Amino acid sequence: MRITRRSGAALALVATTVLVASGCSSGSNNSGTSTSDLYKNPVTLTWWTNANTAGPVQTYWQKVADDFHKLHPTVTVKWTGTETNDLQRNKIPAALLSGNPPAVFQSWGGGEIADQVKAGYLKDITAETKDVVANMGPSAKIWQVDGKQYGLPYDFGVEGIFYNKDLFTKAGITAPPTTMDELNADITKLKGQNVAPVAVGAGDKWPAAHWWYNFAVHECSSNAITNAATKQDFNDPCFLKAGDDLKSFVATKPFQADFLATNGQQGANSSAGLLANGKAAMELMGAWDPGTMQTLTPDQKEPSFLGWFPFPSVPGASGNQSTLMGGGDGFACAKNAPAECVEFLKYLDSPEVEQGFAATGGGIPVTKGAEAGLTDPLLQTIAKATASAGSVELWLDTQFGSTAGTAMNDAIVAIFAGSGNSQGVVDALKKATSR
Amino acid sequence: VTTTDRSVRLAGRAHARPARPPLDGPSSAARTRRKWYEIIGLTGPAVIVFTVFVLAPMAFAVYYSLYKWSGYGWPTDFRGLDNYIGPYGAFRDPVFLDGLRNNAIILVGSLLVQGPLALGIALLLNRKFRGRSVFRLLTFVPYVIAPVTVGIMWQLILLRNGTLDSLMGSVGLGGLVTGWLANTNVVIWTMLFILTWQYTGFALILFLAGLANIPGELMEAASIDGASWWQTQRHVTIPMLGSTIRIWIFLSMIGSLQVFDVIWVASSQAVRSLGASNSMATYMVDHGFTEREWGYGNAVAVILFAISFVAAVIFQRFVLSRDIDRPIAARRRVKN
Repeated sequence: MRITRRSGAALALVATTVLVASGCSSGSNNSGTSTSDLYKNPVTLTWWTNANTAGPVQTYWQKVADDFHKLHPTVTVKWTGTETNDLQRNKIPAALLSGNPPAVFQSWGGGEIADQVKAGYLKDITAETKDVVANMGPSAKIWQVDGKQYGLPYDFGVEGIFYNKDLFTKAGITAPPTTMDELNADITKLKGQNVAPVAVGAGDKWPAAHWWYNFAVHECSSNAITNAATKQDFNDPCFLKAGDDLKSFVATKPFQADFLATNGQQGANSSAGLLANGKAAMELMGAWDPGTMQTLTPDQKEPSFLGWFPFPSVPGASGNQSTLMGGGDGFACAKNAPAECVEFLKYLDSPEVEQGFAATGGGIPVTKGAEAGLTDPLLQTIAKATASAGSVELWLDTQFGSTAGTAMNDAIVAIFAGSGNSQGVVDALKKATSR
Repeated sequence: VTTTDRSVRLAGRAHARPARPPLDGPSSAARTRRKWYEIIGLTGPAVIVFTVFVLAPMAFAVYYSLYKWSGYGWPTDFRGLDNYIGPYGAFRDPVFLDGLRNNAIILVGSLLVQGPLALGIALLLNRKFRGRSVFRLLTFVPYVIAPVTVGIMWQLILLRNGTLDSLMGSVGLGGLVTGWLANTNVVIWTMLFILTWQYTGFALILFLAGLANIPGELMEAASIDGASWWQTQRHVTIPMLGSTIRIWIFLSMIGSLQVFDVIWVASSQAVRSLGASNSMATYMVDHGFTEREWGYGNAVAVILFAISFVAAVIFQRFVLSRDIDRPIAARRRVKN
């Protein structure tokens, strides 16, 4: 048969179209695949994670992607790590809007996941993940909306105060403080050491806001916080008390100079950098802090002087003093992702993978038994505190949703700056729901 | 005169121009059609690109700004003008109004500081002296550095106990040291300083180009008339630079209204959220993206656009028109 130039071009076009179409279908149109079809057709899962923590976790995710491919040769996992803020604020929303999102992506529970579910972006994975959820703590709840599971956490831990044991010893402090009064006394002693007693990355707003959150969970009953999160009811006087606690704490000048211009995690002059390099004695931060500090020291190692204690109890406060503040990270599947996506999510929470994650020192695993993989003594301490906490409240800005959360954080920063007050935070929360 | 030399022949015999096009040439209709093909062919791509990437997004921004929208899904929660003038709209948010004030400080400050400074340096650099080209290069370097780099550089210099603080300490000004980037009363002036440092070079290069266009005969004539160097600058050079200065004011004004990068990099989120250093543009990104108030962010974008647009139109109409109209008027006069 003689093919003219024109018909040849047409053939090529048809061939390309078929190729493109089949390429697309393997990526997104397999939502109807029943479980019996699982692993039958070749699929590619695009996987987006944040890349804030130090190198080991990033190397580990690539290994997990490769391992999954070895277990299930029909599935190729393409992993990409992106800086958290860029990923959360720009890349993922844009990808979801474009209708061509990655199959598996980093998911922040609470208000954000609720927005994504409402817009119909996420796969309901309740049935498939029942067993996995049963085998982890209550943290899985954060990735539920209206009782349905839309994502799974892979790490969850309480926050607390990281401190420099050497500086504490030098200042004559023998044991970490357990009450605010003890903390204040220790701060006075540390001021004599010519270091900042407490480093805070107030420039980023949220590290400052976490001080208020911790005062709030100590002042408020869990009912008051639940009402605030679910009914936008901020009338409980405990929220005002949290502001008063913070205001009097800030008045003791415990923080480094110019804290309004200090960021939390970038560079040696960030609050994490100040603690890591011996220029500050304490920092209130989540369990990822040792990982952050690794990147900020000259030898790229976690400082050996680092210790950890939970947020001290607040004298006279009426909340449950054993309640701690915490949060975690998770992944979700896009609505049209192939069924293999859910299998991959489950694989990520399997004891082996979680143990491997624990060994990287990137966080506290959620799957029961996986904490055995923790080698970092600090993380072991935090894991124990997480397990034994009376209860754990999720970061309040996440619980209250991003809009109210941000307005609240702004008002808290104003207390730090000296221009705000307790009422300002409550007012901000009350009016924030309107934009 | 040869027959091919048409222009010469026509110039000499103006009235002999043929009333109709020659019969063997294209008809008038065909020529009109061809003209339109050319117009569409040449401007079409530009019009399409402009519509898709400029006009359509602007229309969408106006549309989105009427909704409360988290950025997920299509906006459905219609709020009318709430994002603009509602109880929590931009014009009632003190932090946005702070941003507006900060933009005004930067606009006026840039004009008052950068203009005279650049003009002075330009007049100086216009004289011949040893090392002139090196000096020219040095004053222009800040403008060439990427704004993000400028922001980070100054952030490091202005750090507590950083370069500037120790420098001030060693010359006995230690008592004046403050949180250059943390003191909420000072930050905006720090920003103005950084912007001046960066953009004076831009004004300078414009002014130098303008100076190069002033004919030397004028200076010569002035000096023959006995004018001193100062008198020459005052009465000849600066008036001749008028159009350049006006263009610079225009660019500086638009740049000040839209200033973003240096403030974004050099001042922290907390300081911005307190209204101490934010501009309209940083406020827009802080709310639109970081806080996922997309509808509200679009409203701020529309306000920013409207203010810039009105400023540009007024300036064009009343100031730049002198530079645009004059050559047109001059051409008309020649025609008559």
